[in-house]
Amino acid sequence: MSLNYDLPEDANMIRDSIRDFAENVIKPQARELDAKEKFSPEITKQMGELGLFGFAVPGEYGGNGFGYLPYMVAVEELARIDSSQAATVAAHNSLGIGPIYYFGNEEQKKKYLPPLCSGEKVWGFGLTEPDAGSDAGGTKTNAVKDGNEWVINGAKMFITNASTEYSLGSTVQAVTGKRPDGKKEYSCFLVERGTKGFETKTMHEKMVWRASITSELFFDDCRVPEESILGKQGEGFRQMLTTLDRGRLSIAAMGLGCAQGAFEMAVKYAKERKQFGKSISTFQINAFKLADMDTEIECARNLLYKAAWLCDQGRDYQKHASMAKLYCAEVAHRCVNHAVQLHGGYGLMKEYDVERFYRDQKILEIGEGTSEICRLVISRCIGCYDV
Amino acid sequence: MNIYVCMKQVPDTEASLTVKDGKSINEENIKWVINPYDEYAIEEALKLKEKEPGSAVTVVTLGPARSESSIRTGLAMGAEHAVHIETDEYIHHKATAKALANAIKQDENYGVIFLGKQAIDEDSYQTHILLADYLGIPAATNITAFSFEGDKVIVEREIDEGAKEKIEMTVPCIVGATKGLNEPRYASLMGIMKAKKIPIKKLTLKELGIEDASIGIKPLKLYAPPEKPPGRIIEGELEDSVKELVRLLKEEAKVL
Repeated sequence: MSLNYDLPEDANMIRDSIRDFAENVIKPQARELDAKEKFSPEITKQMGELGLFGFAVPGEYGGNGFGYLPYMVAVEELARIDSSQAATVAAHNSLGIGPIYYFGNEEQKKKYLPPLCSGEKVWGFGLTEPDAGSDAGGTKTNAVKDGNEWVINGAKMFITNASTEYSLGSTVQAVTGKRPDGKKEYSCFLVERGTKGFETKTMHEKMVWRASITSELFFDDCRVPEESILGKQGEGFRQMLTTLDRGRLSIAAMGLGCAQGAFEMAVKYAKERKQFGKSISTFQINAFKLADMDTEIECARNLLYKAAWLCDQGRDYQKHASMAKLYCAEVAHRCVNHAVQLHGGYGLMKEYDVERFYRDQKILEIGEGTSEICRLVISRCIGCYDV
Repeated sequence: MNIYVCMKQVPDTEASLTVKDGKSINEENIKWVINPYDEYAIEEALKLKEKEPGSAVTVVTLGPARSESSIRTGLAMGAEHAVHIETDEYIHHKATAKALANAIKQDENYGVIFLGKQAIDEDSYQTHILLADYLGIPAATNITAFSFEGDKVIVEREIDEGAKEKIEMTVPCIVGATKGLNEPRYASLMGIMKAKKIPIKKLTLKELGIEDASIGIKPLKLYAPPEKPPGRIIEGELEDSVKELVRLLKEEAKVL
């Protein structure tokens, strides 16, 4: 009877390779891309060549079929260096490629997945609206059937990867009628960029993920053929929820990597920085902060890997995905906070990467299910409200 | 062409090494990586393979069982075959070269053999030259440019003070790679998945006819550099302190 905490050898090899790539290719550019709020198609393409897109997708559609555990390791290693690039990979895999692979028909998969898995193109996931955030049921975007076409009207915002020339299109959730029980019926559509009536706009002046694309989508009598529907009419809400459950794993991996990166910077700086004649890491108040960070990161990593393992085993992982997302994001919050504190005044300057980590962390408690929504999911799984 | 790369696993350049028993280093908690100069060798071998249809790259490594992780990385980068001469014995460069030569000779059709110009752990800088000697083929080292034209190899080697020498070699031959030759690729996830399934051919020193791993060379002692004395701050007025600094540099440090 024994428990094995060693990752498989190939997962370790993936970690080594992605770590080298992140340190040698991404790190030298990260600060400038952040300052200029610039997306890098070159890095995205290189990440595609490394095989960072299509973890769940088999080779016949251009993916690598590796599964969720290696995916977590890869995102973790990217986020250890730069959240923006990790965000591009996490969003594109979980939200861009995911819905098409899991719910698309053969034709849709054959058409869209190869260019998305190679990293040449990216794909958005249009769920959030100006008035519909945590309450996705408040979606106003609607689609009306007209002959062999659907006519979409409405707007989406905070959509990653949807608005540059490298964006092939977006999955869009819209109200398509009323269910027999009186509730709204939702369906998802695959809408290509360039479709008449579909405009996209890149959102600027962001605090976080400044080198990744965040977009607004506008639909004005946008007509798409009947075949653009994802899965069946009325399946939209379930498709979105399932996608978010999986997406939470990758955001958790971003939190873990962000925390790890901040921790390493904090240890290095605290040992080098001398005040009162000695390294500030030897002051117990700082040493204990670092001890807490290391302990929490270890817990976060074990929780996330377990959630990913459950997912790879085909077992129920919804609760663990929410736990991992919640915990990793909050550990990242505490770690970047301690890391900046340890850096003192220097931690407030862009010359130190920890400044960027401090900003980039915040979205992890908001995107793909706020910490509050994660707690709601977990408390529902516990059965708190079934009384 | 059957292209070969001789690759060594070494401690990561960032690992802090300590001497164990006066003869070897503590191996605990060391991260092991492919010798950086051998990475240039692998990359150049893969580039040659991609240019020459029908070619294949074989990675040959001599070392203990842990070397297998580096062999897998070489395969993940794109090599087709691997040979692991497995030994836990401390083995010097001369015996290493002989073992590598005997392993490569098992293939009658070997072509260009790439190696890093040196391994960063022991810096003996000899393995590729000795290998050339055992195989009786030409070798060139410190290579910063490589091309294969017709049946000849043309290489540029860096010599003193940045000067370059361009030379031509017949094939088979040995190329000692250095920094600047190329940018080694990263192992892709597809490569890692493929590498998992490639069988590694295992050989022993005995099978390669190496009975005496020292071949006339015996290491006597391994020791860490002496600890540096702490720095000194010369205090006082600027003019006086500069004079004092110059005096110390002349009289104590004897560098002026």
